[in-house]
Amino acid sequence: MGSLRALGVTQQVALLFVVLFGLLMLVTIVSISRSLRDRTPAQQELWQGYLRDLRAAWIAAVLFWIAWIAGAIVSTLLFAIVSFVALREFVTLTHTVRGDHRALLLAFFVVLPLQYLIVATEFFDLFTVFIPVYVFLAIPVLSAFGNDPKRFLERTAKIQWGVMVCVYGMSHAPALLLLDLPRYEGRGAFLVLYLVLVVATAQIAQEVASRRLRRRPVARAISRTFSWRAWAIGAVSAALVGALLYWATPFKPIPALVMGLIAGGSGTFGAFVMQALKRDAGVHTWGGRMSVTGAVGLLDRVAGLCFAAPVFFHSVRWYFGF
Amino acid sequence: VKLPEVAGLFLAFLARLITGAQGHWHGCPPKAEQRIYFANHQSHFDWVLIWAALPHELRAVTRPIAARDYWTATPLRHWITREIFNSVYVSRQRSDDEDPLEPLMDALRSGDSLVIFPEGTRGNKPEPAQFKAGLYHLAEAFAGVPLIPCWIANVQRVMPKGEVVPVPILCSVTFGAPLALEGGEDKRAFLARARAAVLALREVA
Repeated sequence: MGSLRALGVTQQVALLFVVLFGLLMLVTIVSISRSLRDRTPAQQELWQGYLRDLRAAWIAAVLFWIAWIAGAIVSTLLFAIVSFVALREFVTLTHTVRGDHRALLLAFFVVLPLQYLIVATEFFDLFTVFIPVYVFLAIPVLSAFGNDPKRFLERTAKIQWGVMVCVYGMSHAPALLLLDLPRYEGRGAFLVLYLVLVVATAQIAQEVASRRLRRRPVARAISRTFSWRAWAIGAVSAALVGALLYWATPFKPIPALVMGLIAGGSGTFGAFVMQALKRDAGVHTWGGRMSVTGAVGLLDRVAGLCFAAPVFFHSVRWYFGF
Repeated sequence: VKLPEVAGLFLAFLARLITGAQGHWHGCPPKAEQRIYFANHQSHFDWVLIWAALPHELRAVTRPIAARDYWTATPLRHWITREIFNSVYVSRQRSDDEDPLEPLMDALRSGDSLVIFPEGTRGNKPEPAQFKAGLYHLAEAFAGVPLIPCWIANVQRVMPKGEVVPVPILCSVTFGAPLALEGGEDKRAFLARARAAVLALREVA
């Protein structure tokens, strides 16, 4: 692994993408060869879900590849678009009313672009406080102008929560691109890729573990699959993958392991919280066939990242002491 | 490539960006045949949504109805409705010697598909208002043209009455099974059946 560390940036990236696309291709080939099996309708449904996940993984991998080629600004823009689509989905499923119209316009067309503009211009002092402080205060003001006191606090809280998760949380991922770490200049893309891979590993491992283990769920009303042991397996898998990737990061092996643990663990908590929200909104998956709106199901997939990114971002900054 | 075509593609892209504009075909496939689509009406955005939800090939032959006095008042409005949407203009003022449905009949005779909102005006209730008789007369005159009920979900949240900027919220258009006027069916019964067909799609969506 030490020799990998000595490689140039381009070679390391090429290696990472070869491994990533190779793995995806392997999984796809195995899936194709198993796609002709007989299945019960219930199994068939699971299988369809699995195929959708696989396709999403391919799309994500290709997007990352494009982002790497195109550089930091384009990557930031890509994350902004994902953020927009996720927030759109979130707002669709939380029943906003007329009085919220202006506040929602603020969230979509002012807050979201500004936050990513702040990221792109590396204005980090404002980056961490813009949404939690200023937007936090501005949204209820605009909502109040809507002249509708009914369930006011609840409505405002919903919009703020959506902005925090879909915009603020997500924007920490491209912010990693722009961190100036000692002896790690111009390699921020690795950190983003590291974060995404680790979070995805945690979620997949947790999913597989919860299916095999059938442990007692922690909160049965919210998720029938989330158990402490499955969560731990997810986080530990993330830690192992994180350690395996240490040569591409600015960390030493042990810190890389811990970072993976932190990011993976918080990511799966994020997915768990989204399940609670889904239950409340009355849909099984954000993008399921049952939803009136035909939502695309992106929120499901990025929820983990939205929770893990801020935690990971600040862990990195503390680790390097700034 | 001409300007109206580019503008049309841009508008469809915008509609999809803001609302997703997903078309769900539940009773009939999208097909290049002459059809009359009829839908619930809650917002100015409704037409654009149906139009964006249609496959690209069907957009050119599917025409909306536009009020002549409003949509020809300024050059821009006139250009949008004429060049991009190829609208059928109707006048809202009744004159004695003119059948208000005549422009629609003309369009149907020339083989185009139409999108109509039989409530006549935008509603703000969860359920559509009673349907106006125009749909019945069209069904009577063009018995061979399938009538497709459509349910537009969520659009009132995108742009409530009085607002000008739409909020991005996902919407969907559900297309149902074709309807036809049955022999001896009277106007009232047919309009009630048509409205029920639109409402029924709310559950499917």
